[in-house]
Formats: sequence, C-alpha cells, structure tokens
Amino acid sequence: MTGLLHALLGRLPIGWLQLTHSRARFAAALAGVAFANVLVFVQLGIMNSMATATLKPYEFFSADIMISASDANSMTDGGNVARQWMLQALADPDVEAGTGLFVGNVSWQRGAQSLGLTTYGIDPTESRFLSPDIAAKSSILQLQGAGLLDRFSRGLPRDEAASIRPQTPLSFEVSGKTLTLYDTFAGGGGFGGDGYMILSDQTYLTMFPKRSSSAPDHVLLQTRPHVDAAKVAERLRELVSDKTLRIRSYADAAQEDLSYQQTKRPTGIIFGFGVIIGILVGIVIVYQVLSTDVSDHMREYATFKAMGYGHSFFLGIVLEEALILGILGFIPGLAVGTGILTGMAAATTLPLEMTVGMAIAVFVGTVVACALSGAIATRRLAAADPADLF
Amino acid sequence: MDSKHPIAARNLNHWFGTGEARKQALFDINLEVELGSLTVLVGPSGSGKTTLLTLLGCLREVQDGSVDLLGHELHGASGALLTALRRRLGFVFQAHNLHNSLTARQNVVMGLQVHGNLPAEQADAAASHLLGLVGLGDRLDYLPANLSGGQKQRVAVARALVGNPDIIFADEPTAALDRVTSANVVALIKRLGRERGTTTVMVTHDNRILDQADRIVTLEEGRIVKSIDANA
Ligand SMILES: Nc1ncnc2c1ncn2[C@@H]1O[C@H](COP(=O)(O)OP(=O)(O)OP(=O)(O)O)[C@@H](O)[C@H]1O
Ligand SMILES: [Mg+2]
Repeated sequence: MTGLLHALLGRLPIGWLQLTHSRARFAAALAGVAFANVLVFVQLGIMNSMATATLKPYEFFSADIMISASDANSMTDGGNVARQWMLQALADPDVEAGTGLFVGNVSWQRGAQSLGLTTYGIDPTESRFLSPDIAAKSSILQLQGAGLLDRFSRGLPRDEAASIRPQTPLSFEVSGKTLTLYDTFAGGGGFGGDGYMILSDQTYLTMFPKRSSSAPDHVLLQTRPHVDAAKVAERLRELVSDKTLRIRSYADAAQEDLSYQQTKRPTGIIFGFGVIIGILVGIVIVYQVLSTDVSDHMREYATFKAMGYGHSFFLGIVLEEALILGILGFIPGLAVGTGILTGMAAATTLPLEMTVGMAIAVFVGTVVACALSGAIATRRLAAADPADLF
Repeated sequence: MDSKHPIAARNLNHWFGTGEARKQALFDINLEVELGSLTVLVGPSGSGKTTLLTLLGCLREVQDGSVDLLGHELHGASGALLTALRRRLGFVFQAHNLHNSLTARQNVVMGLQVHGNLPAEQADAAASHLLGLVGLGDRLDYLPANLSGGQKQRVAVARALVGNPDIIFADEPTAALDRVTSANVVALIKRLGRERGTTTVMVTHDNRILDQADRIVTLEEGRIVKSIDANA
C-alpha cells in the first residue's frame, strides 16, 4: 500500500503512514467518519422518503393541469371545486379534456387492526387520466362497489395482497356497504395513511353519500399535445370566474405540495432539521478527527517547515488523509446506512432507500469536510515560526 | 553579500513575549561567518544561543536589525523566500524532531524530497548511504520509537546532511551521543565543510569540537561577550 501510494503521489505517503501508525486511533477515526456518514444517510433517507411519499399519488393520474380549492395544499386536504369551473376551463382551445377527482379516507377494519386507505374516486371510462398501469386495470372499476388496492399498504401481508386478483377478489364492509377489491397497483405507504385505494366516481359517491357528483375535490385537465401547461394554466386563471381557485400545472401542483410538506408541516420541518443536525454533527466529528491529527503532528510539521517544505505540501498531506478517511470510512458507513434504511423501511413501509445520489453527495461531502477541516487546522502552522512550534 | 560571508548579522535584537512579559533575549548582535568555516557558539544556559541560531537559520522572524543569509536579507523577507532559503540549510535541532510514523530511512528521505521528487530507489539509496556514514546502516527500517536517543540524533544529522546544504546549523548535536559517535558526527561535518565548502554554525560545549573550530563565539545574557578566531 505504501509503495503504491508512493508511486501514485510521487512522494512518501506521509498521510497514510501517519494515519496507520497507530491502528487503534486509525480505527477510531474511521469509525467516527463512518458514524458521521450513517447519521447523514439516515436523515437524508427519511427526508427523501417524504418526498417520494408526497409525490406518489400524483403518479396514479395523468394530467397537465389541476384545479383545486384555495385551501388545498395537497391532494388530500382543502374544499372542493364546482364542476361548472371545469366546463369553463374546457372552453379554452388548448384544453382537450377534463375530469373530476374525488378524495376521501376509508378505514378498512381487519380484525383488531385498521387500515387507513387514502381513497380516490375517478371516472374509469376516462382512462386517459389514469397512469398506464392503473388504466390497464380500470375497466373492472365500472362494476359497482369495485376497488383497486395499493398492494404495498402498511399492515397488509404481501401474500394476501398478491392473492387479490379478478378471479379471487376480496370483499370487506365499510359502514354497512360492501367494497370488493379486484386487483392491486403499486402505491406505497406515505406519512398520511397506510395505503391507497382507487374507486370509480360512482362507487366513491355511494361510499361518501354526503358528497355530490357536481363538486369533486380536484379537477384534472389535459391539454393538447406540445402546449406549455403552465401558460395554459395562467390563461385559465383569467378565464375561470372563481378567482379563489388554485389553477396550476400538474407538475407545479406536485412541487408546491412537496414544498408545503417540507416547509409548512411539522413532520417536514423536523425531518429538515434532522438532516441539518446530521450534517452538522457529521462535520463536527470529521473536523475533530482531522484537526486532532494535525495538532498531534504539529511538531513534525514544524520540522518539515523548517526544512523548507511549503504550505502546499502540508495541504497535500491533509488532502491525502481526507481522501483516505473519506474513502475507507465511507465503505462501512454506506453498508451500515443501507442496512438501517432497509430495516426501517421494512418496519414502517415508508419508501426509505439508499440512492446513488445520496451516496455520491455524502461521499463528496465527507471528503470536502475532511479536506476543509484539515486545511483549517494547518492554518496555525502557516502563521507560526517553525522555532515556536517545536 | 560579500561572497566570503554566507551569514552576516548586524545590530540584531530580539524580544520574547508582549507587554509586561516582554523580555529582550538578544542585544545588538554583530556577527560575520566565513564561507566553509566552523563557528561554535558557547555560553551558559539561557544566554540566547538557540535564539540566535534560529534567527540566522530562518526559523524565527527577525524583529530588529538585519540578517544577511546567502545574499538575502531576512528582515521582512517573504514566506516564499524563507521557504526557498530553508531548503539550502541543514538543521540539527536540540531535540531530534524525527517523524514518529516514518522509519529512519524515510525520515532522511524527507530531507532530500524537499528539493523535488526523486525516484524512490534513488532517494532510498542516498538516504541509506548517509545513514551508513552515521553508523546506522543496520537500522534503516526502524521507527524512531525503536531507536535510542543517540541513534535518533544521528538520524537527524543524516537528514540535515542528505540534501547537501550550503550551511549546517546544529544545536548541541552531540549532547546525546557517546564519544565515538560524536567524533564521527563531527568528523563528518568537518569533512563536508572541507570538501563542499559547507559552512557550519554549531552550539556545543564539546571540547573536541571546540578544538577544531575556526571561531568560538561566547554569548552571555543575550550579548556576544567574546569572539576568538582560531587562525588569528
Ligand atoms: N519561545 C520563547 N518564549 C519566551 N522566552 C523564550 C523563548 N525561547 C527562549 N526564551 C528565553 O530567551 C532566553 C534565551 O533562550 P535560548 O533558548 O536562546 O537559550 P540557550 O542559550 O539556547 O539555552 P540552553 O543552553 O539552555 O539551550 C532565555 O531567557 C529563555 O527563557
Ligand atoms: Mg538552546
């Protein structure tokens, strides 16, 4: 290793020799860096899972523009939108089609356990408004009382979910009415409910008798191909008489929902804090490791300085150490971080996973933090006379 | 500089500390060192020998007066100039100051590498040769922790000499050595002086070195009180 690094660096690999001089301290330093990595991985994983979970229901549908009530910050909250505004919007030449989307919560009582299903009602004959996966199974929704179930619902055994097929449907009762699940689709538990269910608008209205077909929760619109949905939405805000409505492109609605969840809701704020704290603690650990190493070798560095080595030489050593610690600490950090996220995902069914982006960001962040810590720690060396450091 | 004097100090004063604690360590030092000569500094403990040596050797910022080293004024010199000058000096410190994580040979290689990166074999060969000269040919791959005090000091001597310095500064280099080794070290330094015209400034109370010195400068309480020229 020393010989390889010597050839690579063109000089003695002082950083490597210094770090590996004491095995125990090297192991402790690596454990510190790995721990910092794990901390950030877990926090980032939780934060990302919220984004994935928030955007998930938007994937069930296919739309270009969404009209929502003024107080609807997400798909599941806020008041409803009168169908007449949809008709007004359809007058725009760039708007091709529209449909209403109903949202509600259904509680599926399974013995002692209750499954909270975020339930959408939509016209199954307008399959253009459904994602291809769901559209393929939508014809069965035309049966009264039929539903499609999120096969990743929290608390639903996988084999039970797999057994739900058109030939072997599963029925259950909700407040005296029977729902029959004929098939499943890929959802995945979020922070709001245990899973998702999709019904026809007709079935939805029998489940929620207080709701009226003339006032869905949202209106989904599709534009003609190749027009800018944001521009059309802007035009519709002029066209539709009710100025309190939120008329946004579907993509904007999803993004605004996400930033609402991240910055306005307590969970999002707490997760954001978690990431910041994780990063800060990680930086403190890494700084501690590197700056301790530099001060432990101040005498030796001062001797090198007295011999005529310049500051770039010391920065080179510190960078070498930063890379060694960053790489060797990252490997166990990644392994443990992935393990913890996988375990947490299994326990919560939240979409917690290690992503390549996270891995790269944490690795680069670690090396940069290590290098900066080391560089800061060598400043004392740059300022002092060598004779004062012996 | 005039080419005969690689080191010339004029009206050099130095203080340590600030405010109330400020204390003058050197007073009005004037000293010229001949090219290729061996100058020995003597004086009681605390008289300022180390302070003067580190000022002449670019290891301490000159506060007042002037030091001309190898034709460059050190008072107010830039960091880059100091770094470049240090590469032309060999320092043997009062404490050995070896790097604990490096073997004897690697420590000596550091004295060579400062001049640019040599192929590993070449640097190793030069370092091994020098270690052989100081009697450590059989300790090349020892870490400092496994060497005696005298052996460490000899590694430090080899490290100072390996880069063929123009000037060697040595602060009691033989204090920790036995008679034979210290004779070797002195002989080595003297030989380098003769063969390569290396100038040496050394703090020592070792009589055998005093016998060979070209000039003996005595410091007391921060002042030069006596300067004896052997050839005069
Ligand atoms: N870094 C320092 N800070 C404050 N005072 C110092 C410092 N270094 C030396 N001194 C003081 O300067 C004076 C000269 O010290 P110096 O080390 O030059 O003496 P010396 O002649 O080398 O002594 P010795 O023979 O014991 O090595 C002493 O009074 C010492 O206390
Ligand atoms: Mg001294």
